[in-house]
Order: sequence, then C-alpha cells, then structure tokens
Amino acid sequence: MSAPALIHGYEVVIGFETHAQLSTSSKIFSRAATAFGAEPNTQACAVDLALPGTLPVMNRGAVERAIRFGLAVGAHVAERSIFARKNYFYPDLPKGYQISQYEIPVVQGGEVSFFLGDEKKTVRLVRAHLEEDAGKSLHEDFVGMSGIDLNRAGTPLLEIVTEPDIRSSAEAVAYAKELHKIVTWIGICDGNMQEGSFRCDANVSVRKPGQPLGTRREIKNLNSFKFMQQAIDFEVRWQIEQLEDGHAIEQATVLFDPDTGETRAMRTKEDAADYRYFPDPDLPPLVIGRDWVAQVQADMAELPRVMAARFVRDYGLPEYDATTLTQSKAMASYFEAVALACKSPKLASNWIMGEVSRRLNSGEGTMETVPVSAAQLAAVIGRIADGTISNNAGKQVLDALWSGEGTDVDALIDAKGLKQMNDSGALEAIVDTVLAANAKNVAEVKAGNAKAMNALVGQVMKASQGKANPAQVNALLKQRLG
Amino acid sequence: MSQKELHQQGVAELAATLRSRAVSAVEVAQHFLQRAQADAHGAFLPGGLDPEVTLAQARAADARLAAGTGGCLEGVPLAHKDVFVTRDFATTAGSKMLQGYRSPFDATVVARLAEQGAVTLGKLNCDEFAMGSANENSAYGPVKNPWDAARIPGGSSGGSAAAVAAGLTPAATGTDTGGSIRQPAAFCGITGIKPTYGRASRYGMIAYASSLDQAGPMARSAADCATLLSVMCGPDLDRDSTSLDVPAEDFSRDLARPLATAGKDGGPLTIGVPTQWLEKEAGPAHGVSPTIYDTFWQAMDTLAGLGARFKPIGLPNADHAIPVYYIIAPAEASSNLSRFDGVKFGHRAAQHGDLLDLYKKTRAEGFGDEVKRRIMIGTYVLSHGYYDAYYLQAQKIRRLIANDFQSAFAQCDVIAGPVAPTVAWKLGEKADDPVANYLADIFTLPASLAGLPGMSLPCGFSADARPLPVGLQLIGNYLDEARLLNVAHQFQQHTDFHRRTPTGDLT
Repeated sequence: MSAPALIHGYEVVIGFETHAQLSTSSKIFSRAATAFGAEPNTQACAVDLALPGTLPVMNRGAVERAIRFGLAVGAHVAERSIFARKNYFYPDLPKGYQISQYEIPVVQGGEVSFFLGDEKKTVRLVRAHLEEDAGKSLHEDFVGMSGIDLNRAGTPLLEIVTEPDIRSSAEAVAYAKELHKIVTWIGICDGNMQEGSFRCDANVSVRKPGQPLGTRREIKNLNSFKFMQQAIDFEVRWQIEQLEDGHAIEQATVLFDPDTGETRAMRTKEDAADYRYFPDPDLPPLVIGRDWVAQVQADMAELPRVMAARFVRDYGLPEYDATTLTQSKAMASYFEAVALACKSPKLASNWIMGEVSRRLNSGEGTMETVPVSAAQLAAVIGRIADGTISNNAGKQVLDALWSGEGTDVDALIDAKGLKQMNDSGALEAIVDTVLAANAKNVAEVKAGNAKAMNALVGQVMKASQGKANPAQVNALLKQRLG
Repeated sequence: MSQKELHQQGVAELAATLRSRAVSAVEVAQHFLQRAQADAHGAFLPGGLDPEVTLAQARAADARLAAGTGGCLEGVPLAHKDVFVTRDFATTAGSKMLQGYRSPFDATVVARLAEQGAVTLGKLNCDEFAMGSANENSAYGPVKNPWDAARIPGGSSGGSAAAVAAGLTPAATGTDTGGSIRQPAAFCGITGIKPTYGRASRYGMIAYASSLDQAGPMARSAADCATLLSVMCGPDLDRDSTSLDVPAEDFSRDLARPLATAGKDGGPLTIGVPTQWLEKEAGPAHGVSPTIYDTFWQAMDTLAGLGARFKPIGLPNADHAIPVYYIIAPAEASSNLSRFDGVKFGHRAAQHGDLLDLYKKTRAEGFGDEVKRRIMIGTYVLSHGYYDAYYLQAQKIRRLIANDFQSAFAQCDVIAGPVAPTVAWKLGEKADDPVANYLADIFTLPASLAGLPGMSLPCGFSADARPLPVGLQLIGNYLDEARLLNVAHQFQQHTDFHRRTPTGDLT
C-alpha cells in the first residue's frame, strides 16, 4: 500500500458504521410488515408498540441474511451470539430500550476490498450485528407537538462496523460503494439510500503521521455518496483548522447539512447516555449451527470477488477489468453473455467498460435495462474482430442499436455502408492515387518522418470513405514506400 | 358430592357437577359472583368484576355442555391475577400506571384455560407489577388474609391466594418471580405450584423480571393444581422465545403413585432437606420460627409414614439468593418498566412541560414506592462501572446456586423446606421496612433463580387464637412437576390441612 496522502501534514483516519436494512418482509422480532411508505402506524403490531405482555421472537430470515453477509465478507459467523438491551428513553423507542447485539455479535471480522483508481484497498471489518430500528418522530406536521410513526420500529438492521482503516474521503466513498454492492448483490438489502435502507455514519479524526489516533467526531446519517464525500472533506478541513488554531477536538456526534455544506455538532461526549446494556432475558442466545451456515453457503449466488477471480482466470482479464465488471450482478452477467457469444473477452470488457458504461453514465438507463442485448453487442464485436467493420464503425452500429434504429447488426452495417474495403485491388488503386498526389509527404516518410505516414493513412481512409481497413492500408503503404 | 355447596367444591368436582348438568355454568358463575361481590378481603380489584362478561362466557359454556363439546374445564369459574392481560377485563398490574388499560389480546395462559371452557370471574389484586411479599404494594389497596383480616395474605399473588382461601373462586392463576405463588399459598392455606421456567408461556404476562417470571395455578388441592397446570403449560414458540419446546403433559398421571415407589429409580421417594435451612437436632434456627420448625418436621413424619426416605443435603450458595435476586430482578424490572412512559398507553401526567418533564411526572405519579425503589436499584446495578460488580457477579452466583441444586438432585428426588420463615405477619408490620420483606423470601428465591419447579401445600397451623396456615415447600428437578404433585397429592390423601377453611368448615 502506498503512503497515505497528507493534508497540510495531517493523516485522515476514518472508520465506518453502516446500517443496512435487511430485506425481510416482516420485522426482526414481530410479524408486522416492513414495506416502506405505508400510512403512519399501520405496520406496527402489539409487539412493535411494546404493549404490556408482548415478547420478541427472532425472525429467522434476518439471521439468514446476517449469515449471508458474514460469508460474503469472509467473516466468522458466530455459533453463539447474544442480544442485549440498550436502554434509553425516547418517544419513538416504544420499549424504552433497543434490542441490539453488544458483547457478542453474530458476524465477527471479515474485510471489504475495492479499487481506488487502479490501487487495490482493503478495509477490515470489526463486526456486523443484528438490531432493531426505532420508529420516527415527525416534528414538521404538528404545530407545537410531535407525531410518532412506529411503522419503522422493529425493522431489522445489520450494523456493519469497520476498523479505522480508511484514509481519505474518496476511499470512504469507494468503501461505501463496495459495501453497497455487496449487500445488494447478495440480496440482503435493497440498497435504497433515499428511503434509508443503507445509512452510513463516518467516524473521522486526523493526526500527524506516526501519532496515536486523534479524537474522532462521528458524522451521522450520510445517505448519499455525494454528501458523504462533501461531509468528510468539510469535517477534515474543520478539524485541521481547529488543531492548527491550537484547539483540541472534542468527541462529538455531528450532522451534515447539505444546504450549507457544513457539519455541526448534535451532542458532545458529556451528554453521552449510559445505555445500561445487559443481555436481553427475553431472547436466548442466538445459536447458529454449522449445518445452517453450510446450507446458506450452498444456496448463495457467486460472490463478486469470487466471480472477479474467475473472470481473471477463465477470460484472461486484468484484475481491474474483472473488479469493474463485477460492480453489479447485471453488469457481470451481461459481460459474461457477450464474452461467451463473441469469444473475445477482452474486447467485450473494453466495450462494456467503455462505450456501454459511458452511455449508461450519461443518463441513458441502467445496466438492468441496457437497450442493446448481449447477442447484439457480441455481433458488433464479432464484426470488428473479423475485420468486417472498423472500431469506429462499430460505435456507429452501437448508436443505431441503442436508439432503436435497427436490431440486426449485419443489416445496419449494410444499410450504413460501413463494411471495410477488403478488395485489395480497389485499395491498391486508391493508395497509388494518394501517393501520386502527395509527393511531399512521400518524401518526408522516406526521410524517416512517422507523422507523414499518418497523414498518408488518413488520406487513404478519406478517399475510401472510411471503409478501408486501417491495418491493410498501413501494410500496403509500407510495401509501396519500401 | 352435590350436597356440598358450590364454593366448597374443587375444580375437578365442579367440572364433574357441570358435566352432569346438575347445575348450569350460569348458576355456578352467579354463585361465585355473589360471593366475590360480598367479599371484604379486597381479593378482587375494584372494577375487576364484570358480571355481564362472566355470565356471557358461562352461557357459552352451557351451550357447549349441552352439545357435549365442552373442554375439561367447561363452565368452571377461574379468576386471574391482574398481571395477565385480558381482552374482556381491564388489566392494571396493581398499578395506577395502567388504570383502565384494556389489552387487545389475551395472555396465552388465559387463552389456554378459556379454550378448555374456563369462565373468567374477574381480575385479582396483587402487588404492583408483582413486586412484593405482602400485597401491600398494590395501588388499589392491600388484600386481607381470610384467616385473620388483620394480617397480610402474602404476595405478590395475594389476591389469588385470598380469593381461593375465602371460596370466592375454586382456583386462580398466579405468577411467581421469587416466590409469589408459593408464599401467599402458604400464608392463605392453599396449594400452588410454579412450574419449571419456560413451561408456561409468558406471552401476555406483564413482565417484572423476565428471566424469573413464571405462571402457575393456585387451588385448594394438588390434584386441582395438576389439572390446571396441564392446561396452562405447553410450548408457545411463536410468541415467547423463552418457552420450552417440550410437549404439554398430563401432570395428573402420577398422582396416585405411592411414595414407596415414587423415587426416580422406582424405589422409595428420597426427600432432600437442606441442612442450612432446617436441622432437626439444631431446633428452630436461621430465622425459622418454632411454628414453622414444628409443622415441618411433623410433615416429614407424615411423609416418612407414607414410605418416603430423607437425606440431608447442602445448598451452599443458596444463602446468597437474596442479594442475587435483589440485583437481577430489579435490573430486569428497571428495563421492563421503561415502556411505561406516558407516550403510548397507560397513565400520562396531565400537567407537564417538555418531554423530560412528561417522563418524570408520568412515572412519578404512575408508579408506587416499591416499584420506584426497584427501578432505582436496577438502574444503579446496570450502570456503567457497576455492571461487573453487581449484575455480572449476581449472574455467576445464580449459576452456582443452580449447580448446587443439580448436585443435590443427584442424591434425592425432591427437596423439602419451609416456604417462609414465619406465618403471615400483620398488615403494616413490615410495610416501612423493605429489607425485612426481602428477607422473608429466603426459602423461595433459590428455586426461582435456578428456574426449578416449586410448590407450596398446607402442612399445619399456628397455635394463634386465629390459627394461621403453614406451608410446606417442595422443589423438584427440571420438568419434574408430576413428581412434586404426586408427593403433594399423597400427603393430601392422608391429611386434611388443605380442606380446612377460614370459616371452620371442611371442603
């Protein structure tokens, strides 16, 4: 790993806590539904309301998803983990405590790897634990009062905690994106950041290289990648300024205001509550048999990192390509279909990472809804590979397919007259005409000027209306100019 | 049989009378309702009776009896301790906090009894949130002991014990966290059993200390307790994660077995007697009153005459049960009672400022002194820096106590001891001395902490001008309720303590 970039001589240290809402249809300890956007308090049952006499019963689906995550990040799935009560009073916390895992979490260790540019980074995970979400307090709609919506109370969350391994805001975003990819890839979380299904908290501190960790401030609820980077950048600048001005950093929880682009403190350590954690006597230890883990493993789709390794091994792709293509299941399966159909994996990779991604990124749809089928793209690549059309002509065909102008690759090539001139007699005639008309360039080539050669190739291509095969043109010119 | 008045009949007798159609369920319900309404012991809560609801249930029972589709308790009236939530009656847990609270569902135990045709008479007084040993902590006033109205009935299931003793109901439900079935049963001269932790569902039982709370029946005989316990227990895995996954049992199956063959090996029953509680040679010691000492050894003589053998056993860590219990139970209670915050249900302070003020005033007004005391103790022992010294340490000793019992049960089949060091004390006698109340729990707490089944049955009376009942405690190994009931029933076949009533007649 290269040395971390310093900002004004300071090293940035970031750890992440991410709350991924698990995609179960019912809540973690009750049978109420978890669907987003229902009328307030219509998805809260007696257990969620904490009515007297109610008790929590573990949702097996939530545990199964935690196991999936543990396997996906190479962590230890604990055979025995404990649910604890985190006690505090708040109106949207119906029981007066949150059930969470404290001392012994279900997922222990693991790591997340990703590319930052072309440098591979690995962030170690401390743990991932199961817990229930709280309800929502609604302060806007009620004059002088607050509304409580308990629909979200009891929604299953997996809180994923990293070591302080992240060294820049860009790395933080790359980590978050990679984690987002993993949880959506393995189907444990819908990843919808607007609806709060994937919420990140960043613990940010700065220090002079070689010094112990600085005091951290926690930026809460970063629910877009864009704000994440802005918030961390602001926070880092603010902390460095404080230190440079001789102020100490006080441990605090801060919120990012997207309107001002600033972070501001919500509470400091002095107000930190004593949560009086203790094992929840209503829930026996969560025991996960090895046979269950093996079953989950067997039922699990191929993981991104495993698939990427297979792409390197089976298709001879560079690791960067393999990692990029496994950003999403849709992209990976699209690549594989194209590669298998056109038998040119590297070309398939280049086209998907280049032309296809560029069109998608400019807002023309998503990987799930690419208007060009894998078979069509494979046909385009096939026609380039067999010399029928040039690379540039291939882009024109792709445009036509994309816009729906046509569906058959060969028909489009014919209709647009994009076929390369492979008749050597006709090409020789054009070459001779061009050589005769550009005596100055010919002389320069003979004097060793490579640029003049390019000019001649360009002239021939122009005269052939772009249909000449550039490789063939080069070969002919070299032959003629000996 | 039918010469007896209805309130002199036990559960099994009443069920048989009803099945014979000699009397209707409505007539039975009316009889008990009249007695309950006329009662002056405060066993039922104010508002705990609703004759219309009860009679509607009785009419439905009569219809099933007529159709021959009734359950094993069809038409038998029962009353419930007010910590079981009920759809048809308000549930207060003896607290102002839940005055008028109506649950949208029935507790599993209540529902299971109703499924077998039991008719609910009403809701019984108890210590607030089941915290107490004298039933003096109810927000709705104390309950008086039917044997001597100047004395406490025991607690926390004091209303249940008093109602059964006074013939207001043939049986009642109770809950036992540290002795709350056994001790009031002893003080009121009735029979009660707390099953193995996890046998009876806790769903719908308002939680005091989750790792200890267990439901159980309180009735006049071991046979009736067996009938009721068989209905009340059974897995409830979809609602209570601490429910044991063991099938419901017929706890009456071994009642008739002679003690000469009631041992685990088919030989004579071996009764273990903890030497630190009672040593015959040592005389009354360790706070045990002479009355308790005398009646205990007389009961042991009776059991010996029935073929039982005795073995002195040690429970070296059981003496720590009081401090251990009074750390663990308040710790859990402090958290369990956090939901009573004035936001969603129950009492809310009428006058309040901001949110914190709402919490403070609501809880200050809604909870009584003992509940506040335990919330404070529990909050303290769970606090940062104290958890290891108190809560964690208490859990370790709890394990040692459970281990002691396992060593003991390697040498004996059941353990016998007193239920309480004394008979029922006078109302107000210990009301201002919480520690004196706590110390009276010394003999019931160990089985609670170990999660073992325990029961209390009448074994004698004091020599007071108004004789007061004395209870015998039997503790069994895990899931060994049938053996406890077997021993108790055999004892009751040869004694009449359980048949005596405060009014002097025999049932």
